[in-house]
Parts: sequence; structure tokens; C-alpha cells
Amino acid sequence: MYNEGLENYRKKIASVKADEMVLNMGPQHPSTHGVLRLELITDGEIVREVIPHMGYLHRCFEKHAEMLTYQQTIPFTDRMDYLASMNNSHAWVMGVERMMGIDKEIPKRVEYIRVLVCEMNRIASHLIAIGTYGIDIGAFTPFLWCFRDREHIMGMLEWASGSRMLYNYIWVGGLFYDLPVGFEERCLEFISYFKPKMVELNQLLTDNQVFINRTANVGILPLDVAINYGCSGPMLRGSGLKYDLRRIDGYSAYPELEFDIPVGTGLMGKVGDCWDRYKVRVDEIEQSLKIMEQCVNRLQKELKRTPDFDPRAKLPRKLTPKAQDFYIRAENPRGELGFYFIADGKTEKPFRVKSRAPSFCNLSVLSEISKGVLIADLVAIVGSIDFMLGEVDR
Amino acid sequence: MIFEDIKNILITKFGSDIIVGEETSGLQWALLIAPQNITAVCLELRDNPATYFDFLSNLSGVDYGTAENRFGVVYHLASIPYHTQLTLKVSCTINPDADALPTCQSVSSVYKTAEWHEREAYDMLGIFFKNHPDMRRILLPDDWEGFPLRKDYVEAEEYKGIKIK
Repeated sequence: MYNEGLENYRKKIASVKADEMVLNMGPQHPSTHGVLRLELITDGEIVREVIPHMGYLHRCFEKHAEMLTYQQTIPFTDRMDYLASMNNSHAWVMGVERMMGIDKEIPKRVEYIRVLVCEMNRIASHLIAIGTYGIDIGAFTPFLWCFRDREHIMGMLEWASGSRMLYNYIWVGGLFYDLPVGFEERCLEFISYFKPKMVELNQLLTDNQVFINRTANVGILPLDVAINYGCSGPMLRGSGLKYDLRRIDGYSAYPELEFDIPVGTGLMGKVGDCWDRYKVRVDEIEQSLKIMEQCVNRLQKELKRTPDFDPRAKLPRKLTPKAQDFYIRAENPRGELGFYFIADGKTEKPFRVKSRAPSFCNLSVLSEISKGVLIADLVAIVGSIDFMLGEVDR
Repeated sequence: MIFEDIKNILITKFGSDIIVGEETSGLQWALLIAPQNITAVCLELRDNPATYFDFLSNLSGVDYGTAENRFGVVYHLASIPYHTQLTLKVSCTINPDADALPTCQSVSSVYKTAEWHEREAYDMLGIFFKNHPDMRRILLPDDWEGFPLRKDYVEAEEYKGIKIK
């Protein structure tokens, strides 16, 4: 009885017709970024069905989290979506703080620094998404340009935290360090450097007719399908829904900041196509720059660095939340990242942790939207989902 | 829409047996649903214009430990138009002597996203979902033995003759 699903799958693969073919795309195909195998049933150039196989990275995040204390797990959350480590640890830390009941006591300066570094990380993550999407489509220059600009952010975050990608910077109750002296000024320098670069990138890629032809009207994801499949982030907003957890839940310092939520409008084709998802990311970078500016402004004027400010002052000596279960969600560059905790109230370790990774749900819609497309278009669709296998199989 | 209203909607529709308990002590309140009715409850909560829980945020399987001999599935629903959240829980006991897996109803006919979440719960905790269209392991190889997130799981020594410990 329990092997029925496996039998059905084997039968399906065995029963392909004479003019159909079973093709493996990846794990080494560039559009699958190394760690995903797509099994395609194809009829010539047409994709009849896509069956994703993952688990190549599976590094047991949830099991680890049950073995370690809440603080010790923060470096592991960094590794889930390693292009947006700050956002991951922010979500984890918020969840633990709320369980401990200390979320209202976090100093404003700490909250603003968290939002600042998270938005920087969001820009860096979107730059990779856009750059590698260019590669998927066949353009190499945008990739180089995006990586060049991302490097500035990497350098700054390294300066703040001491490590390049896996920061372990945001801690329960505070931060590992305060920002280094001169960080705010350099943020402003970066913003004024980066704004014209975005204009150039738009000229190179967004308005490029070849790029538009390859992405507009391809992989259309209708809104009801997106919601039913649990898609979130730019996938959901690309289908035209203004839904952003930074606004809905209003966590951290976001309610005090001004920013818009870009959505897909079907400017080049239908609403929810690959181009819309791409454009949402480009527009989000602009909004993140706006948030950065506001954060830096407040950090420089009202929430200044003082010699006696200790970002670790609120760090609890012992982290034992009372017995409860709690689900926290936050808006990551790829969508809704959620952590479900069960605390038993006796130990410093969670009894059970389940992480709801945005890429996991976003990827599940792939076989739905790629029925009957061309193989070359499948590459465009896979790239537009912008999944991160590190959090798909965790 | 508050907790009591949701309870009333469910009780008027399905009768008072549908809710077997509730948890109102923590930060997020939860409804405990009878396991055989979870699909109908989700469908009602999704389609009722008063609740409209159209987004399944998360589905997690839970092993409550060998002492309790109980498995659970926790559903976190969200309503996009109303900006509300709701937690549903079902639990199933297992017979430790028999070789049967704890079994639960699949909600993948209501929320498509549950398809992969349920496969993961099956893969990691060995919770079987009835009426699931494609019940296979998702992260581990098809021939893997045991369910790693169970509390009594013992790490495998080798896989296909290769030492992995």
C-alpha cells in the first residue's frame, strides 16, 4: 500500500510512447544550478511533463536544529538560502524573540541596523537572480555587471560581520557587533554609485528586445494557481497581487518605513509571465534602495552610535522559551520564509523545527506551468522562479 | 474574523464532533480537528466567503515522542484578503506493535502546495497521507529505510554498501 506512489511513477516513466522521450535535465545543467534533476517527458521539442527530483544537498537542517540550542542554529539558517543569509537569520531570530516575549524590548538602533543589512542582502540576492537569469537566456554581460555591483554589498557586509556570505550577524536579542564606524556614509556612497548602474542595467537587459521575446508570454502563472500552490515573493507578486509580508505583518522597523510593493502588470505580455517576475525583482531593488536610504538617515540623525551602546545588551543569558508552538513568517527575497517551532519549556533546544522555505513551494509549481512549452522556454521558466536549492532540500 | 467565529462556522456546518479540542494558551491559538475530517474542514475554510483561508503557508508533521506514541500534522493557513492566520492540528496514534504507518487525510485536493509538503512529511516522519496523488519520498532516495526525523530514528550505518557514518 505504501509503495503505490512509487509504482505509479515507474509505470508512468515506462509507458512513454514510441515518439516520446525521457530526458534528464541536470543536475549539471546550468539552469538547474547544479543540484536539481528535472526529468522531462518530451515529444520532440515540446515538454509534455516535468518531474523534479531534489535532495542532492539534503543536509538535515531540521534534525540539526533539534540537536542545537536556538543561538547555535543561527549559522545554520544562514546556510539555507546562502544568497540572503541576513534575511534568514532575521526570521529565525524574530521567532525566538517572540517566543521569549522580548521582541518589544529590542533597541530601535538594532532594529534599523537589521532592516538595513537585510535590504542590502535583498539587493545582492536580486542582483544574482537577474544576472544569472541573463545567462539562462544567453546574455553574459548583465551577469558580470550584476556581480560587480553585488561585490560592493558583499564587501560592506563583510566589513560589518567579518564574513563574506554566511554572516551570523543578527542574534537573538541584538546583533553580534554594532556597525563599524563609517558604515552609514559608505552606504550612502554605494546608493549614489548604484542608482545610475541600475539605469544602465535596464537599458542592457530590461528593454532588450531579444530578452523580451524570450521571456514575455512564457511560463504564465495565473494568480489563482500561484496562491493554490503556495507561491510567494516575486512569484506571487509577478502574477499581480500586492502581497508583501513586510507590510502585512509589519515586523521589525518596516511599519515606520516608506516603500511601494511592485507587482507584475503584464507590460510586455500577459500578467504573470517570466518577464513580469523579472521586472518585479528589478523594481524591488529600487524600493530596497529607498528603504536603505531611510534607515541610514535615521541611524545617522536619531539613532546615533553612542560609546555605551551595546548591541548585545538584550541577549538573554539562557534561552528557554516556555512550552508552546509558534509559527513565524517573514518576507525573504524569494518569498515567505517561515519557521515552525515547538518548545517544550524545559530545555534550550527546540523540540521540533520545521522550516517553510519559499523556494520549496515556488518550485512545486514548475510542473504545472511548464506543460507543453518548448525545452528552451523551460530554461527561461526555471530561471524566472529563482529558486535556491539550499532551502528546497535544506 | 476571530477564533470563536471560525469555530461557530465549522460547528454549524459539520456538527460539534468536528473540533476535538483547542489550544488557547500560546501566542497562536489552534483548533484540533478530527483527522478523518481535515480535508472537508480545509475546503470549507477555503471556500467560505467569511473565512477565505486560501493560502496554506505551512504543513508540518510532528513526532511527539515515543512516550506519547502520537504523531501530528500542523496546518498554518493564511487568508490573503482578510490578513488573518489560523492553525489547525490533527493527531493520530499508532500501534507500536504493528508495522503500520500513522495515517492522515491528504489536503492536496484543496491546496496543491500540500502535495510536496505531505511528501516531505512522509519522507521525514513516515506519516502516510490517504488520497494523495503521488505519495513518494521527496528528499531521500526511494529505497531509503526509516524516517530520519522520528525521535527513535537510528542513523543508518551504510547505504548500498557505502559507509555513511
